[in-house]
Amino acid sequence: MNIIYYTQSFRFFRLIMFLMGFALIWASPALALDGQIQIHDPSTIMLCNGKYYTYGTGGSSLVSDDGWTWRRGVTPSRRGMAPDVIHVGDRYYMYISSNPGGQPHSQVIMISSKSLDPESHDYGWEDGGIVNSTDGVEFCNGIDPGLFLNPTDGKLWMTFGSYFGYIRVVELDPKTGKRSDDKFTNIAINCEASTVIYHEGWYYLLATHGSCCRGADSGYNIRVGRSKKLTGPYVDHTGLDMILGGGKLLIGSGGRVIGPGHFGLLDLGDGVQKFSCHFEADLDRGGSSVLDIRPLLWKDGWPIAGDNFKEGTYEIESVRTGTALELAVEGVPVGGRRSRGARRMFAGQGGVIPPQDVAEVSSNWPAGNIGIRMANYMCQAQQKWAVTPVTNAGGYLGSTYFKITIAGTDRVLAVGEDGELVAVPAFTGGHEQLWRLDQLTDGTWRIMPKFASTANESLVLSAIGSSFATLAKFDPTSDKQRWLFKTP
Amino acid sequence: MITLRNIQNKPAFVIMVGLVFLTMSAVAGCAGHGLEPRTAYNEKTPNADGFIQHWLILEPISANGLSDSAVRTAVKREYFPDQFTVIPHDGDKVTVNDEELTWHAVETNEYNVNLYYFAYGYGKRTSNVLFWAVTIVNCPKEMPGVRLAIGSNAASVWWVNGKEVIGIYGDRQTIIDDGVSKRLTLKKGPNVVRCAIVNGGGATDFCARFLDADDKPLKGFTVRVGDTRK
Repeated sequence: MNIIYYTQSFRFFRLIMFLMGFALIWASPALALDGQIQIHDPSTIMLCNGKYYTYGTGGSSLVSDDGWTWRRGVTPSRRGMAPDVIHVGDRYYMYISSNPGGQPHSQVIMISSKSLDPESHDYGWEDGGIVNSTDGVEFCNGIDPGLFLNPTDGKLWMTFGSYFGYIRVVELDPKTGKRSDDKFTNIAINCEASTVIYHEGWYYLLATHGSCCRGADSGYNIRVGRSKKLTGPYVDHTGLDMILGGGKLLIGSGGRVIGPGHFGLLDLGDGVQKFSCHFEADLDRGGSSVLDIRPLLWKDGWPIAGDNFKEGTYEIESVRTGTALELAVEGVPVGGRRSRGARRMFAGQGGVIPPQDVAEVSSNWPAGNIGIRMANYMCQAQQKWAVTPVTNAGGYLGSTYFKITIAGTDRVLAVGEDGELVAVPAFTGGHEQLWRLDQLTDGTWRIMPKFASTANESLVLSAIGSSFATLAKFDPTSDKQRWLFKTP
Repeated sequence: MITLRNIQNKPAFVIMVGLVFLTMSAVAGCAGHGLEPRTAYNEKTPNADGFIQHWLILEPISANGLSDSAVRTAVKREYFPDQFTVIPHDGDKVTVNDEELTWHAVETNEYNVNLYYFAYGYGKRTSNVLFWAVTIVNCPKEMPGVRLAIGSNAASVWWVNGKEVIGIYGDRQTIIDDGVSKRLTLKKGPNVVRCAIVNGGGATDFCARFLDADDKPLKGFTVRVGDTRK
């Protein structure tokens, strides 16, 4: 177990390191989120006046117009460690922790504003004072606040704590953002960055285990336990109470990023949930600490971290029909046609049959627009789609837009003037040719054209027939609009 | 009018066909072209799930191949005059490849129309054949944004008011809402739904309904077929 003794000088050093890293980000390739995404201990991402905001340690702030490309924002009126923000009523409440005099002596200060947009006339932070403190003797270091508005009764709660003992939960007054009383409940131990979410009758306590602030040597990982009561006990999948150190892994290091921490829920509605976190080290950004946004999935009553969409060639299969999206052209069987009843019809043709050569089979395809239909997947060229991120096309929460082409060709999936799907001969970058891919909480995918995404119209790819797909309003209760991307 | 009830017994089917034919003959007569009002039959509604259960079906024509190109070649060929525009009547006859074929008014109590028993009952071949079928959908008002949704065994091509709206190909089984058209408008009054179904071997059938803008079965229209010429 790693117990991190924060000191003011160490935090200052860390802040300086972050600021130095900003220069590197400008030159770094955008493999995760785009733009300036360096931050540590990000708060839950808030949407205000059409922009996304998050705040981090040291007064850092990031803002984004689309949730994909981020830039530095305005420092709030107070700065400190690991703030969290929640929107209650007409105000945004920010809770900022610090260790005056060194940990575990701590305090959490609240400030609030009607807007997070510095350009708004409603913007202006009001000091709400200290809402919690620990005296340096009790077995709790009351930093890293996490806010939770209970959807079942409207009560407001705050969790806090770090590696000096317990994680605690206290009730706040949703009208003022201040403490309701002096009561607290210990709900976990020796972790930090805690927060509570609610899902289908269960309360889930997300907390970060492991060590932070060592770049690629940071063992940060996000763990979860659940309880039927907000005040616990929070128990993991093995039955171990988080107050005894339990916690089911939600996300650890992987790929090119190390040390995830500071979970923040992003519930987009309609069965789409995402979460924010930071990684202690992005190896493609010089090992700096960066913001990330990932899909949040649910399986057997437990949250699972999904992956943002990865570029590749896929079969696009309807969950509803089991049929695959294809160009409406006559398919050629892989290896050539064989007649039923032919002599030795089960013996094959010998040797290895290579994948279909799209250049060869596409020579008979019409030159112009081609309709889109669905059929049983049979490994044919008109059924294999290359899904490629598009740069400089904007994005949405956590991802850039994609173009979807028949692999090995320029034939691109688009929405025609009649509102139906069509493959056009070449990519132009139009909004009708760019696609938003959201992983739904069951792990399937929702496919939405950019023009619908930007207009906040929930118009998505829909399998209304076994052989036909169209665009239709998203219905989270139906599997018509749920798709699988399978590696062919 | 013939009623298909998943009949497994050919003699019984033939007897029934004969009885219905006798009934039909009593009201047979001449009629003009097109969709002028007729008097012999009541307007029928689709079933509870929106499936159209009344059709005029021509006895099968020989055809081979289920690939996209083979089916398109088969349905483009002119087998009899005005095959893409004719509104047939029960008992009308056409000559195809020197063989006289008859249009039959058919009613099914199921969601689908079983073409295998239709052909079998008339002593026709059931494999490597093409069936033409027509129905008239009467709408009390214009219905925009609807879709034709069909299933067929095997390949089929569909037209609404003369415009091709669906083509599904290959050796396939009938699945409800397999092929679905783009959005279309049913005009006030009669609308002609025409299809060509190509079967390779074995069972053959089809089903069809319209879907509304919410992909729910379209109601509020009637179907009228089966009139004999007066």
